Amino acid sequence: MASLPPNFQQLKQDQLQPFLHDEISVPDELEANVLITTVDKIYNWSRRSSMWPLLFGLACCAIEMIATAASRYDLARFGMEVMRPSPRQSDLMIVSGTVTKKMVPAIVRIYNQMAEPRYVLSMGACATGGGPFKEGYNVVSGIDKYIPVDVYVPGCPPTPEALIYGLLKMHEKVDRQSVVSVPWYQKDSSQFVPVPRLGPDVFDPRQVELIKDTTLKAAANGAAAASNGAGGDAAGEARGPVELSAKAIARMDEAKRRWRAKQGG
Amino acid sequence: MTEATAVAEAPANDLGLEQDLADAVLGTWAEDTEPAFVIAPDRILDVLTRLRDASGYDFLSNLTCVDYQGYGGKLRADIDDRLEIVYNLYSTSRGGGSIALHVRVPEDDTIPSATSVYPGANLQEREVYDLYGVKFDGHPNLRRILLWDGFNGHPMRKDWHEAYYEEDAKPFRSRHPQGEYAFQEDKLPWAKNTTYPAGWDPDSWEQAVAYVPVSQAPQHDDGAHLDTESIVVNLGPHHPSTHGVFRMLTRVEGETILALEPEMGYLHRNHEKIGERNTWLMNMPFTDRLDYLNSMSNNWSYALAVEKLAGIEVPERAEYLRVIMAEFTRIVNHTWSIGFILNDLGALQTPALYAIEEREMILDLFEAVSGARMMCNYMRFGGVVRDLPEGWHGQAAYLANERLPRALDELDRMLTENEILRARGRGVGYLSVEDLISLSVSGPMIRAGGLAYDIRKAEPYGIYDRFDFDIPTLPNSDIYDRYYIRMLEAKESVRILQQALRDMPEGETLGGRGGYTLRAPEGQVYSRIEAPKGELGFYLASDGKTQPWRYHVRSPSYINLNALGPMSVGYKVADAIVILGAIDIVLGEVDR
Repeated sequence: MASLPPNFQQLKQDQLQPFLHDEISVPDELEANVLITTVDKIYNWSRRSSMWPLLFGLACCAIEMIATAASRYDLARFGMEVMRPSPRQSDLMIVSGTVTKKMVPAIVRIYNQMAEPRYVLSMGACATGGGPFKEGYNVVSGIDKYIPVDVYVPGCPPTPEALIYGLLKMHEKVDRQSVVSVPWYQKDSSQFVPVPRLGPDVFDPRQVELIKDTTLKAAANGAAAASNGAGGDAAGEARGPVELSAKAIARMDEAKRRWRAKQGG
Repeated sequence: MTEATAVAEAPANDLGLEQDLADAVLGTWAEDTEPAFVIAPDRILDVLTRLRDASGYDFLSNLTCVDYQGYGGKLRADIDDRLEIVYNLYSTSRGGGSIALHVRVPEDDTIPSATSVYPGANLQEREVYDLYGVKFDGHPNLRRILLWDGFNGHPMRKDWHEAYYEEDAKPFRSRHPQGEYAFQEDKLPWAKNTTYPAGWDPDSWEQAVAYVPVSQAPQHDDGAHLDTESIVVNLGPHHPSTHGVFRMLTRVEGETILALEPEMGYLHRNHEKIGERNTWLMNMPFTDRLDYLNSMSNNWSYALAVEKLAGIEVPERAEYLRVIMAEFTRIVNHTWSIGFILNDLGALQTPALYAIEEREMILDLFEAVSGARMMCNYMRFGGVVRDLPEGWHGQAAYLANERLPRALDELDRMLTENEILRARGRGVGYLSVEDLISLSVSGPMIRAGGLAYDIRKAEPYGIYDRFDFDIPTLPNSDIYDRYYIRMLEAKESVRILQQALRDMPEGETLGGRGGYTLRAPEGQVYSRIEAPKGELGFYLASDGKTQPWRYHVRSPSYINLNALGPMSVGYKVADAIVILGAIDIVLGEVDR
């Protein structure tokens, strides 16, 4: 609890004092009915026990999400059966399916409309990283390119058991949070994610400068970057420099190492 | 079933096309598996009209385009025209096979729109325009459909490459055999799957003006009506009643719908572009994800098309297994759809929960044979991938003989006589069966309009000619009938299941090697099955390599949406929700 302000620690101590030292007398008949706990615990307990998901299906995974809510797997056991169609009333967005470029502005807008505290669970391979459709021209390779994700559930689609496991992990995450450090009680915390726009391709307003640099440089170089799709409509598109970063090279080395290990063993 | 639909032969050779329209028919195309003609672009409407009116080909099943740039096969060696539009026509009155028409167009040409002859060409022509850039003269609303206005280029063209493009054929050299794979994100400065034209400036970009539908209702300027203003209401793409990421643009006056335009593409995940890069078998798991409620039917349809192209035989036991899986799937789909029609009517949750109770038991069976609940990937070219595990048959027989008939009867008792369902369903969403056929609508929708047209009887595939079952029809073509026809069809499926489980022989389940290294012979094929939602077809073109040259899915959900606008005009907004529900769409298949 290093992040707590010292006066807060003191406050907590002061408040607990009477309880810890029996200064408040509890009547005998109420002895079994009084529980003492921390604000965090009760706050988190109530939040995670009635976490309402957004009624929001994208693709195949949505069918498994419905199956999870149906009678066999019974999401009501976790207090999550109330799926709210309105983002204003929901706590958790389950991104259940392939995120396409045409859809991603709507998803980001819905995310912005959700009231804090809000959580995002990325369900399935597509929402996590593009999945089998990653190379598709209309497919976003993972919703975390645009909005922050709390829990990823792998699978194509994840079975209801897997989704429930992911939701329980989400509950654990909520349980670990504290009112003093959660972002939504901080000053100027609630940040809107800029909504992506549909141009010749989808573009993130946060990357406008980067895109402009690359496209204008490509035009200045006489569209030398037009190695791709010469002759077609996509001629002259700017793919940008293929200079691999240190991270990328590390990833490649790792893949190479794994392959060699496989060959050796 | 009427007598006429039982005759499964098409009088393809005595059409008299060559005599009557000699100047329009440029030749025949023998490499197709069906009778096929090459038609002059400017005469296509004459030929279509002639075939519809004089030869009874009243159903435009498939309309698509193939880009032959860089085609490696021998057949088209002396053909210069780059693009080829393909039409597949069927007769709903006579049944039987198709007739294919090919129209060759150079790159930037315009051809006449078929919408004046077959209004059902509407969405399919828009798709061809969007993905290939072929313009259709006389189309009522030629806009992009799967992508957005302003998108750069026509992505299905062979020379259009996306940001993560690596090679034309899988497996990619970067991953096999060395496995030295660099992440695609690392190769782009913005780490996203996007490309932009050189010189494009995002600061000055202005988004295209949003399309607004025009009223389709008759004008009343007789002075007797109040002059009111209509407004545009947008439903979706995030709306709980649109069954996924689907958008309906409506123009309403009060609560009455004056015009309704479906907007799609929010789940367009490029099956066809990816499919042209995959090997033949790699596409099998992708078909699972088309209509993700019915992966088994999709598998079968694709397997049938490839088998027809490559001439692969299927062993007896595998044929039975395919029928069993497909009919279980049909029950899953129909009960699901019934549950969600009721959901759309406002009976939230309870009927749907009842309706999908048996689904879980069927999915357990699927999981036992294939390892996955939903994405089964069970069929192979020449059979099915593995035989049944122990105890499977007994469980399936218990479901087919005892549990499912009881469950369907219970659902029937609970819902069919329900007063609200009748009040909301009777007479709502009416469209005559003739209109439905001309709009290329298929499946339960036309059978709820009184036409006994079912491909299982009209052009039997697999071993459907061995089973004793009826094609239920209902006369009214409204929401109530569309609900009830699904109940009746599910009951017929139970009958087929009982017979198939009883008669299934022992034996092998996969003839040949399952197509792991298939090279389909050069040619084209269009093959279709009666999927639970309607006619599911695959149009495949092969240049003799390990990948399909063209992989096109004729999906029932997508083409049935042709009827959504015409069916909804004049009804209330609340009815439009149910009208959409009763079409029974799945967005994976609509947008592909």
